[in-house]
Parts: sequence; structure tokens; C-alpha cells
Amino acid sequence: MIRVHELVKTYGEFRAVDNISFTVPPGEIFAFLGPNGAGKTTTIKMLTTLLKPTSGSLTLDGLSPATHQTEVRKRFGIVFQDPSLDGDLTAYENMDIHGVLYAVPARLRAERIESLLKLFELWDRRDGFVKTFSGGMKRRLEIARGFLHTPKILFLDEPTLGLDPQSRNQLWGHVKNLNESEKTTVFLTTHYMDEAERVAHRIAIIDHGKIVAQGTPDELKTQTKTDSLEAAFLALTGNSIRDESANAGADNLRQFTQMWRR
Amino acid sequence: MHAIHAMWLREVKRYLRSRVQIIASLAQPMMYLLILGFGLSPVFQQAGQGNYIQFVAPGVVGMSVLFSSVFSGVGLLFDRQFGFLKETLVAPVPRALIMIGRTLGSATNAVLQGTLVLTVCIIAGFRPASLAQLPLAFGFMILIAIVFAALGTAMGSVLKDMQGFQIIMNFIVMPIFFLSGALFPLTNLPPVLKILTSIDPLSYGIDGLRTELINISHFGASVDFTVLVIAAVAFISLGSYLFSKIEI
Repeated sequence: MIRVHELVKTYGEFRAVDNISFTVPPGEIFAFLGPNGAGKTTTIKMLTTLLKPTSGSLTLDGLSPATHQTEVRKRFGIVFQDPSLDGDLTAYENMDIHGVLYAVPARLRAERIESLLKLFELWDRRDGFVKTFSGGMKRRLEIARGFLHTPKILFLDEPTLGLDPQSRNQLWGHVKNLNESEKTTVFLTTHYMDEAERVAHRIAIIDHGKIVAQGTPDELKTQTKTDSLEAAFLALTGNSIRDESANAGADNLRQFTQMWRR
Repeated sequence: MHAIHAMWLREVKRYLRSRVQIIASLAQPMMYLLILGFGLSPVFQQAGQGNYIQFVAPGVVGMSVLFSSVFSGVGLLFDRQFGFLKETLVAPVPRALIMIGRTLGSATNAVLQGTLVLTVCIIAGFRPASLAQLPLAFGFMILIAIVFAALGTAMGSVLKDMQGFQIIMNFIVMPIFFLSGALFPLTNLPPVLKILTSIDPLSYGIDGLRTELINISHFGASVDFTVLVIAAVAFISLGSYLFSKIEI
């Protein structure tokens, strides 16, 4: 469903994305993990037609964003890392304009908006201006909006940022449901390793613009001889920081407390 | 078509909901009309040009249409800042349609603002020459609004942040206004000013308004109309092109 081959994006001298390749088969939940500034969002922007790659190729559902922009855009939904709502419109109007732009027929649109707003517990506030919403409510609205047009591929760029555990649980529940019932391919990024471990079929770890490991959560743990995804992640991406600051103790302690929390 | 309508409706809703801003943006045209209008009236009269309030009112209407259409078009910058722009950029709709919807919305807001200013001008003592020509005056208002909303959207597509906005105000919008003949007659100007005023699209808009509102014409209504239509097509094409090239 998603095919990326030797993808590169440079800003002047800086290589934000440095020669990455991966494929995501249809119906898979694929997690793209990496520390801040690793190149996750840049990759998503290239996949979602917002940025042009410097070199390399990518296709979604067999189509290249460079040549079939509109066709590609029809196939995916995206929840951005930072807000993308119109604060001067109401929650309902934000949903409605999205439905119109994605050519969801009027009756179906009204039905789906109602059911999604109810699902994300925003129906009572549907006529409230989005600028008056709390951070969590805005986040839920963005996610509801991403589901509105039943895309083939759903991009979720740190969707749970700023959500309480209840909403996070609920969100991943919906994502899994959608993936199972509609065979939606999901491409997600998150900083919460437990979430990735729980929902993702496969994981790629990116650091300094390069993919450092790919595989199922179990494969990654075996590969790094660790017992949790967080430990595997730190083993793969944290080395340079640990060596420089020589605070292996702190990392061990973090792993230790993590184990005790289970 | 639905996308154009949706984007248009969004712009108009945002305008109608910003009541404070609507009232606040009446202040500037009123200062030009009342202070400049009454202040320069005696001199204008002595120069044998008639009543200055009558002369300047169409210019003030044109000015308010110019400002509100450019501001509304540059509103793109706010959408960039607050994120909504991304939502429209990934939508499976040709970006040209999004741009046209936005531009028509901005233009509608500018015409509403212009109508409001015209009403206030009439309350302040301005008298249109003929009611029958009012629809034509509105036609010119609409053309001015489309030309400059498209220009605003084009500029908003290129700018990355609000700092560029000041530059645009001082180096593009203000010169367009001052060179348009909104405040002075275009006859007997020094050569340089004559050239500059005749390449300013707003000159033709103001001239069109003056033709229909007070029967004073410099270029002639058909020239005004033709130039504005050409400018509208050019700026919409430019704006669509620049808008479709936006990367975030």
C-alpha cells in the first residue's frame, strides 16, 4: 500500500531524511518511531503530498504523489502533529467542510459526523467554536475528522499527544477496529512505546534521517536482546547520547522503574 | 464546485462573525472621508473642482474594498500559522479550486465592507448622481474586490510569516492606494505620476466607481472594465499557480 524507495529530503546541507526504504502492505498497522527531529514528520509530509522529495521514489496504492496528486490525496486521511482546525468555525462546521472537500455525499456526511462526534464525545459541543475547546477536545475532533471519509490509508502523526489515558485508549481502540473492519492501512508515529507495541504489526525506527531497524515488536526486542520495546528503542537510538553524557545509570534506572510499573 | 462553495462559505462566515473587526475597519475610511474630505473641501472648491466630499467618497469606498480584500486574502497567513491551511492542502481537490473559493470569499467580504462604507458615506452627506447606475457601481466594486483578493492570496502563498505582512502593506498596498487617484484627480499630473497611476489597476477601479457614482470619468467605463477583468484573470492565475506550489 505504501512503497518508499531510497527517499531523500535535504534542506541545504542538512539531510532530514537520508535514503530510507520501506514498504507497508495493505491492512497493516505500521509504526514509525524515532526521537524528536529524526525525520518522522518530514517523511509523513512527503507521503501526504505536502513536500516534494529531493530524490528517491514513493507510491501510495501504486500511485506517485508527484504525478497523481489528487488521486493520492483521495486515498489517505491524516491527523497532523500540530493543530489544523479552524478555530472560528464550530466543531460541526469543521467536520462538514472536511466532508465536502472529500466529496462525502450530504446525507452520509451528516450521519457520519453525528456518529463520530458522539463516539468522541463531542456531540454536545458540536455548535461550540473550536477556539473555545480544550487541547484534548481539539485533538479528539481532529481524530474524528480523520475518520470521516473512510480513507484507505490513515496517517497518524503523534495523535495521542496531550490526550489523557482514557482518550488514548479509546483512540487506539477505534484505530484497531477500523483496521480490522475496513482493512485500513495505518501509518503512525508516537513517542509512547507501549502504544506502538500494543497496536503496531510492524515498526521501523528512524534516527538522524536513517532507518536503523525494522520488524515486528518481537523481532526488534530479539535483535537488541531487550525485553520491552522502550528498551529496544533506547538501545537502537540512545547510544550516542548515553556515550556522550555517560549517564547509562539513568537509562538503566528508567528501565528499572518501567519494569516495576508493570 | 462544492469545494469552491465550501471555501467561500467559510470565508464569509469568518467575516460575519468578526463584528468588532467590521466596525473597527470602518474607522480608517471615515477619517479619510470626514477629516480629509471636509479639510480639503475649501481648497478643492476654490480650484474649481467642485465638492471634495462628492469626489473623495468613491475613492474611500474603493480604498475600503482594496484593504479588506487584500487583508482577507492575506488571511492565508493566519491559516498557515494556526494550521488550517494544511487541512485544505491535503484535500483531494485541485488547489486552484481551493484558491478560487478563498478568493471569492475574500472578495464577497470586501464587497460587504464596501457597501457598508458607501452607506456611511451617504449618511455623511454623499449623494450618488443616479440611482439607476448603482448596480454598475456594485459591478466595479466586485471587480476591484476580486482583483485584490486574488493578489492578496497570491502574496499570502509566498509569505511564510506575519513579518512579511508589514512589507506588503508598506511597499505594495499603500502605493496601490495612493497611486490610484482615490484622493486626487488624475488630470494634469506630472509625467512620472501619470505613468505610475496608469499602471495601477486600482486607478481603473476608482475611475469606474466615480463614473457610476458621480459621472466623472478619466479613462472611460469600458476601459476601466476591460483592464480590471484582465487584472482579475492575471491575478487569479498567478494566485492559483503560487497556491498550488505551497510546501509546508
